[in-house]
Amino acid sequence: MADTLLSLQGLTKIYPGVIANDDVTFDIGRGEIHALLGENGAGKSTLVKMIYGLNAPDKGQMLLDGAPYKPSKPSEARQAGIAMVFQHFSLFDALDVAENVALGMETPPPMSDLARQIREVSETYGLPLDPSRTVGTLSAGERQRVEIIRCLLQNPRLLIMDEPTSVLTPQEVEILFETLRKLKSEGTSILYISHKLEEIRALCDTATILRLGKKVATCTPAETSARQLAEMMVGASFATPEAKRGKTGEVLLAVNELSLPAPGAFGTPLREVSFEVRAGEVLGIGGVAGNGQDELLAALSGERMAPAGSIVLEGKDISRAGPVARRDLGVLSGPEERLGHAAAPDMSLIENGVLTAARREGMLKNGFISWGKARQFAEEVIGHFDVRTPGPGTAARALSGGNLQKFVVGREILQGPRVLVLNQPTWGVDAAAAAFIRQSILDVAAKGGAVVVISQDLDELMEVSDRFGALNEGRLSPTRPVASLDIEQIGLMMGGAHDMEVAHVDD
Amino acid sequence: MDLSSINPILLVASIMVSATPILLAAIGEMVVEKSGVLNLGVEGMMITGAVVGFAVAVNSTSPALGFVAAAAAAALLSLAFGLLTQFLLSNQVATGLGLTLVGLGLSSLIGKPYEGIKSPTLPKLDIPVLSDIPVLGRMLFSHDLMVYFSLALVVAVWAFLKHTRAGLILRAVGESHDSAHALGYKVVIIRLMAILFGGACAGLGGAYLSLVRVPQWTEGMTAGAGWIALAIVVFASWRPGRVAIGAYLFGGVTVLQLNLQAAGAAVPVALLSASPYLVTILVLVIISARGAHAAPASLGRPFHASS
Repeated sequence: MADTLLSLQGLTKIYPGVIANDDVTFDIGRGEIHALLGENGAGKSTLVKMIYGLNAPDKGQMLLDGAPYKPSKPSEARQAGIAMVFQHFSLFDALDVAENVALGMETPPPMSDLARQIREVSETYGLPLDPSRTVGTLSAGERQRVEIIRCLLQNPRLLIMDEPTSVLTPQEVEILFETLRKLKSEGTSILYISHKLEEIRALCDTATILRLGKKVATCTPAETSARQLAEMMVGASFATPEAKRGKTGEVLLAVNELSLPAPGAFGTPLREVSFEVRAGEVLGIGGVAGNGQDELLAALSGERMAPAGSIVLEGKDISRAGPVARRDLGVLSGPEERLGHAAAPDMSLIENGVLTAARREGMLKNGFISWGKARQFAEEVIGHFDVRTPGPGTAARALSGGNLQKFVVGREILQGPRVLVLNQPTWGVDAAAAAFIRQSILDVAAKGGAVVVISQDLDELMEVSDRFGALNEGRLSPTRPVASLDIEQIGLMMGGAHDMEVAHVDD
Repeated sequence: MDLSSINPILLVASIMVSATPILLAAIGEMVVEKSGVLNLGVEGMMITGAVVGFAVAVNSTSPALGFVAAAAAAALLSLAFGLLTQFLLSNQVATGLGLTLVGLGLSSLIGKPYEGIKSPTLPKLDIPVLSDIPVLGRMLFSHDLMVYFSLALVVAVWAFLKHTRAGLILRAVGESHDSAHALGYKVVIIRLMAILFGGACAGLGGAYLSLVRVPQWTEGMTAGAGWIALAIVVFASWRPGRVAIGAYLFGGVTVLQLNLQAAGAAVPVALLSASPYLVTILVLVIISARGAHAAPASLGRPFHASS
């Protein structure tokens, strides 16, 4: 692009003990969709925060339209025409759509005008929204629309999108891309942050890759293979998980018409969920976040009791058994939230190991814990799963997300599960570690265990699963062999496009 | 029991007087909680306002000056709470409880020389024309300025929260401080201003007790009014109108049971004395059992920009 909108020159940001961004230089052209790629912790968020005025760079400068651009707060960035759609939504559940939009604008019009404008913009870009709805009642996709409309109402010159597709179905992603392409045709630049390589190859004109705070390369993604992009991100090549398929055996876990009321005001009820998993088999369960994933995990792990007869392990009804009893029987689970659910943040890795493994690994004697065995087990997990930590005595919260994830998944796998249930096993984990975790999941199946993987990452599910089902509003679709599915069918199983429509490109 | 000894005109008039201090404190605390801060020090700020207002009014012979000083003193006390919880990230519950203890101790220290003195009090306004209406005039339109000020404040707070941008930002901060921060709002400053407002309101409420309602200084004279204000905010589901209903209900039952005691009702005195608390909580529970509870989602959670 000859015509540069925003030029970043030598941006450096240092936090105590870590250089978050080191001399990052690249240009974003007018009407360009520019991808920013990198692993977790590569410095994408820090960079974006500097552009959006949430942080000031320690060194380097930015030029907007050739003039120095130094936003000291987000409102200055917004005035300069830079808008941002956040990864973790910056929305307020108890307020309505119009109020949420008004909070993100510099000089909002009176509420009645604003409601009209929201309807107009949502009509133009194919993002239907009722301005008077309370945001807490909206689906993830709808919430994202609120964010996008909030940005669009300010006629931005540069729109920053931080991992926008992680909460959308494939159909919704396609519609979002239409909207973005329409914006691009109107001359708006987009800085698109993601680690989903195929998306970037389909959508973006240019990609800048960050690794450990440094710029690695700027390339044209359409001309670069996903494999090359991934290796630039990681800085090394890594092995793709490989299934060593054994024969599938008899049914280990059977769930029959499991229904459970929603656990809280914003929870999802489970509605007649039925499936079977056989020995040596991986069942992948997809779906947009908030459609019953957490509730399903809680029902399977025993955190919530299920109606009698609905969960059967090898012919034995375990519906009314608690988590400890189910662990004894070999049903192990790893919930999505690492800190506070899978692991106690302020306790050491040794203690966290004891919390789930004490009985299966024989660490208990007359009710007392054998700390020697506990340490041995924690060290085994650390060694086997390459958890980077100063030692087993380190508090769980001191580990990076990926390392803690390796620990909590490894902790369950080493206990030799009959049935392993995991929710988002590689969420926020870098590509190499994710590949390792997926390989471990496949190994559990190869050894004759049954695995249920709940995930929002479809690529992951395609990679590890034998059969696939999708959760939509607490209902599970019939499960089907992965080999027979394409992305279109999967999207429909996930609930399709949730009443979105394609942008009206012609007006 | 001799019910004829209860004069309905005086009864209504004294209900308004009795409800005003709680209403002032509660509406202030509601704003604080709407911004996501739980300040349990209302009792301490109220009694500080009561003693400082009393002392200043006695020394200057100006009750108006007393009210101003009371608001300032209680706001100053709340500033200490604000600095501790917002900048030093101390625990809000513990700090609020500490604030109550400090206020109670400080007030008895300051108040020692003023025991048994009578203070100048606010004049009745006797609003022209309206106060001449038979019955209603005496009931509703011949009070002092603070009674009307407190009611006007409720309307003002309602309008502020519902219709102004500043009010929307305040609610947003209380709802999700992380989101508000991401959008560039100064969470700590906004909360600090809300805390100061809450402190000033509690101080006014306290001064109303010592300058108008009683009007005398006695140690520990708030007698739990601050706690009632806190409870009213919760049971009123953080809505200004319901806060006013709650405060008037509590004031009403308080006055009524005193009248019943005086009239010699055949109900144990202890039960009568407890009745304002029971009735207020019962009614507000019934109100809030229907519909959403709507506690600000960030209520009581500490905020630090780094997270």
